[in-house]
Amino acid sequence: MNSEPLLLATPSGDALELRPQGPWIAANVSALEALSRSVGVDVDRSRAVTLDMSGISALDTLGAWILEKMSRKAALSGRSPEIVGVADHFSGLMDEVHQVNRHTPAPAVLPNPVLLRLNDLGKATIEAREDITVFLQMLGALFIAVMGVVRRPRTLRLTSLVYQLNRIGFQAIPIVILITFLIGAIIAQQGFFHFRRFGAESYTVDMVGILVLRELGVLIVAIMVAGRSGSAYTAELGSMKMREEIDALSTMGLDPVEILILPRVAALVIALPILAFIGSISALYGGGLVAQFYGGMAPAIYIARLHEAISIAHFEVGILKAPFMALVIGIVACSEGLRVKGSAESLGRQTTTSVVKSIFLVIVLDGLFAIFFASIGM
Amino acid sequence: MPERQQQFAIRVRDLVVGFGRQIVLDHLSLDVRRGEILGLVGASGGGKSVLMRTIIGLVPRRSGAIEVMGQEIGETSDRGTQGAAGKWGILFQQGALFSSLTVRQNVQFPLRENLVLSQELMDEIAIAKLEMVGLRAQDGDKYPSELSGGMTKRVALARALALDPPIVFLDEPTSGLDPIAAGDFDALIGTLQKTLGLTVFMVTHDLASLTTVCDRVAALADGKIVAIGPMRELLQSDHPWVRAYFHGKRSQMLQPQMR
Repeated sequence: MNSEPLLLATPSGDALELRPQGPWIAANVSALEALSRSVGVDVDRSRAVTLDMSGISALDTLGAWILEKMSRKAALSGRSPEIVGVADHFSGLMDEVHQVNRHTPAPAVLPNPVLLRLNDLGKATIEAREDITVFLQMLGALFIAVMGVVRRPRTLRLTSLVYQLNRIGFQAIPIVILITFLIGAIIAQQGFFHFRRFGAESYTVDMVGILVLRELGVLIVAIMVAGRSGSAYTAELGSMKMREEIDALSTMGLDPVEILILPRVAALVIALPILAFIGSISALYGGGLVAQFYGGMAPAIYIARLHEAISIAHFEVGILKAPFMALVIGIVACSEGLRVKGSAESLGRQTTTSVVKSIFLVIVLDGLFAIFFASIGM
Repeated sequence: MPERQQQFAIRVRDLVVGFGRQIVLDHLSLDVRRGEILGLVGASGGGKSVLMRTIIGLVPRRSGAIEVMGQEIGETSDRGTQGAAGKWGILFQQGALFSSLTVRQNVQFPLRENLVLSQELMDEIAIAKLEMVGLRAQDGDKYPSELSGGMTKRVALARALALDPPIVFLDEPTSGLDPIAAGDFDALIGTLQKTLGLTVFMVTHDLASLTTVCDRVAALADGKIVAIGPMRELLQSDHPWVRAYFHGKRSQMLQPQMR
């Protein structure tokens, strides 16, 4: 019959008769919206409106709502709309639609944009304070858990610790070696390139040795671990939180910090110095290769220069920082994981926050250590 | 031919579905009449959800034919579920609401993706649907994680009904609801079925739902439909599994009048 919806408007004196025809269903929604808009002026102009629905071949909620809306619009301006010719099988739907959308919620009040900014700033400040509290709480909880393990060494989750060590330590070795190797090589190349101009090529070795051992080795590895393992911790703990696994642990009288967090953080604290050591050696090796093939320095000379340039103190300065950085990464990753709320979006947001925050804190910590070591003369 | 199309919303013929060596549905045939509420019962892990998911094209089938509203449903491919919009609405067991969207956006999602309409109308339709499933307009601004179990099911139903599909599939709609909420939900399904002229395919374990809202009940056992008919007839059935299901200790305890 009719495949296109129609709306026939017949004005008779002051009255207007609207006769919708054809299928008034969701599939034709664009046409329906246009139709209902097109008769708007006519409806406004006439005193009585009659809606004759006998021509409708198909009707769904959407079509019924558009009809209902037209009649409501007419009613709003004082006219009494009349709906006639409703087929039996549509009457239930029309009645239902007649009930809905009666209570329009109060429109949201748009606040002053300046106040909104100030509000955000205030919130961010309070959140920053909260962040510090959460960090300290987690540190305290970890300390208590460590004390518990010291008192009863059997409560240490050895299996979990070894599993985490394998995952974040052993399995990270190839990528750590690759990246630090490249970094060492690039620094050496830059050193030779620029120092050559004033004949100080041999000092490249000093630069590579000191920079890698004191700063870059540990910093690059810490950043990689924060991105690789910190994010994994946050996502794991977050999804456990979402599925109430952590609540389940607590109700069984077990401490989630002791079972889930301590092995993870401990694994980081153990693995990061080892990775930093491996990374530093790999960077020195990369620098040596560049020295041989780009700088024309024999390996024996490179090693001899390295002996003169660096002392054990440089190595200590670098490696001492590693466990502290690991602790910061672990605490941030785990506490962000526990802050995950129900939605998938929240999990993603908290993981991002965890990585950004731990990298930031690692760099800040590195700066503090630089001040500290400078003042004690190391 | 047209007469048959008028009569049946879903026709399943000789459907075989299996995973690996395990055959879940074994030459199963089932007809769902237009405008009825069909309840499907079966043992846990017995293939109820698999049957539903096969009909809507989420699970590939080995052989057999499925016809929905007189249209053959092709074999599932990667994009096999494309074009399904508007044909049916599905209420998943856990609701499957999009957690990053508000309730209102969830209900609007099928409208937005499949139709061209103004935001104003979309908002009105979303609120209309929410009110039809017994929620308030204010609930539209909430996120799925802030909803109770019953509300989640209602929102999921509103979303399933967003495009006014002729068929809705409900996967255990009352599981996890308290008896009052479950009763309300049953009543809601009954009302909406009458108003919108829906065909409802409901997988359920809820004996009360089966007795109160379902026009017919189908029992799935050993990969086949072993009994189908109004609840009265199923109670008379002498198939051992059906007898165990409806006349077990638990059923007797809950429904003493069935004896």
